[in-house]
Amino acid sequence: MNARTYLAAKVGAEIAVPIALLAGWQIWTAEAGSQKFPRLSTILVEFKDMWLFSQFGTHVVPSLERIGLGFGIAVVAGVALGIPLGLSRWARLWAMPHIEYWRAMPPPALLPISIILVHSIGNVQKVSFIAFFCLFPVLLNTIDGVRGIDPTFVETARSYGLGAFERVRRIVLPAALPQIFAGMRNSLSLAVIMMVLSEYFSSTSGVGYVLLISKNTFDFGPMWAAILLIGVLGYLLNVLFVILEQRLLAWHRGWRATAPV
Amino acid sequence: MRRDRLTQGLVFVLSIAAALAFWEVVSRTGVISQKDLPSMSTTFRELWSLLKTGDFWIAFAQTVRGWALGLGVATALAVPIGILLGSSDFAASAFRVPIEFLRPIPSAALIPLLFLTLGTTLNSEIFLAAFGAFWPLLVQTMYGVRDVDPVALDTARSFGVGRFERLYRIKLPSAVPYIATGVRISSGVSLILAFTAELFMGNPGLGQKVNFAQSFGLENQLYAYALATAFLALAIHLFPPTVERRALRWHPSQRLGAA
Repeated sequence: MNARTYLAAKVGAEIAVPIALLAGWQIWTAEAGSQKFPRLSTILVEFKDMWLFSQFGTHVVPSLERIGLGFGIAVVAGVALGIPLGLSRWARLWAMPHIEYWRAMPPPALLPISIILVHSIGNVQKVSFIAFFCLFPVLLNTIDGVRGIDPTFVETARSYGLGAFERVRRIVLPAALPQIFAGMRNSLSLAVIMMVLSEYFSSTSGVGYVLLISKNTFDFGPMWAAILLIGVLGYLLNVLFVILEQRLLAWHRGWRATAPV
Repeated sequence: MRRDRLTQGLVFVLSIAAALAFWEVVSRTGVISQKDLPSMSTTFRELWSLLKTGDFWIAFAQTVRGWALGLGVATALAVPIGILLGSSDFAASAFRVPIEFLRPIPSAALIPLLFLTLGTTLNSEIFLAAFGAFWPLLVQTMYGVRDVDPVALDTARSFGVGRFERLYRIKLPSAVPYIATGVRISSGVSLILAFTAELFMGNPGLGQKVNFAQSFGLENQLYAYALATAFLALAIHLFPPTVERRALRWHPSQRLGAA
């Protein structure tokens, strides 16, 4: 087998295997006729009927809103806390035990507590729950990013008489930015999970709520449509984020490419 | 050097003491009412009395079982599949699309489906934990197998070492640190999902206890169980690095002075 046929076979397999899997699903479910595992075509029709776009406004928009707000708060708080913690060894010594503790905490364990503390099952509870657990990837990456900065940069800036605020704005923040973005990417996929968990536990709207209701009514069509939607949502958010990252960090890659090693 | 470590230890203890005192004060002074946030002393007393009951330890053991079996199943599947996909370019591209599509689906979305198909059984808990723990471990194993030093591989080949021998003697040892990292990530995921299954599906364990405590408005118990869960998670989080250091003593990454 020469190189070209091998490449062709590889590309062929990459296309054929997913199609075969989907076809297998369709054939198996049509054969089994199980209510629990509907046919692929049924799921797709259900998906179109529900999300494009009759229930988009009532359930998808609230979920996206919660993800956006929770994620946004987590990023701002994570960077704002991470920079001083990255710069000061003392602050780290004080804070690290707490960060390690809360980071290890399984998020669902705090779900009932979050409802008690905020006295709500509405947006305040959902957004604060999402924000709390999305904080850690951003925070830890910011700390690491700031710690990893070449001290010469900061020293040089200081010797040129830049004030503390200017040093952070012009040196520390840009230098730590690639790693902050890595943390943000983790946080974003975490935000989708936290959204589902918090809505599934108790809510009146959202994609997680659709899951909950379809479970309680044994309605498998909407359930599969919701699972598919959550998968698509996570995928699209990630793609969007990568595009944004490439634009915002273009200067960084350009600088890296020309920097002598 | 020794004084430095002493100060570090002191700060560590003081920092935790300060946080616990803060908790006590916030609750006692009613900044957050004691009904919503039982004070630190009440919560620890509650936890202490729970620790003396067999009921607590059964729930604890059930959660640990879910975690261990979930992680075990995930490892048994992810490592061989990861080695296969990592060493064959062809297999990797054949299964790339399905993997990239399934991987980001949050396990939480599968809860209602599992509840209605497998029910409140140990199987559903293991499935959920294993599904979540599978992906990080698979990706780590694939990277690890791919990141083999090509010179070592070529050398072995030129010495006439067979395919299986190469896998066993060169690829696997060099992938082990990656796999270890994967196990560490997956271990945390597995615990979270075992707990999630208990909380949402009613499988017996700490999660179910938390759910009961909330349903019956037993705030003290709720906080005590959450505290116990966090300690279990912390133990599981801190345990693997110690094992890793011992088990991987031979590997360059663990040698003294390595960055």
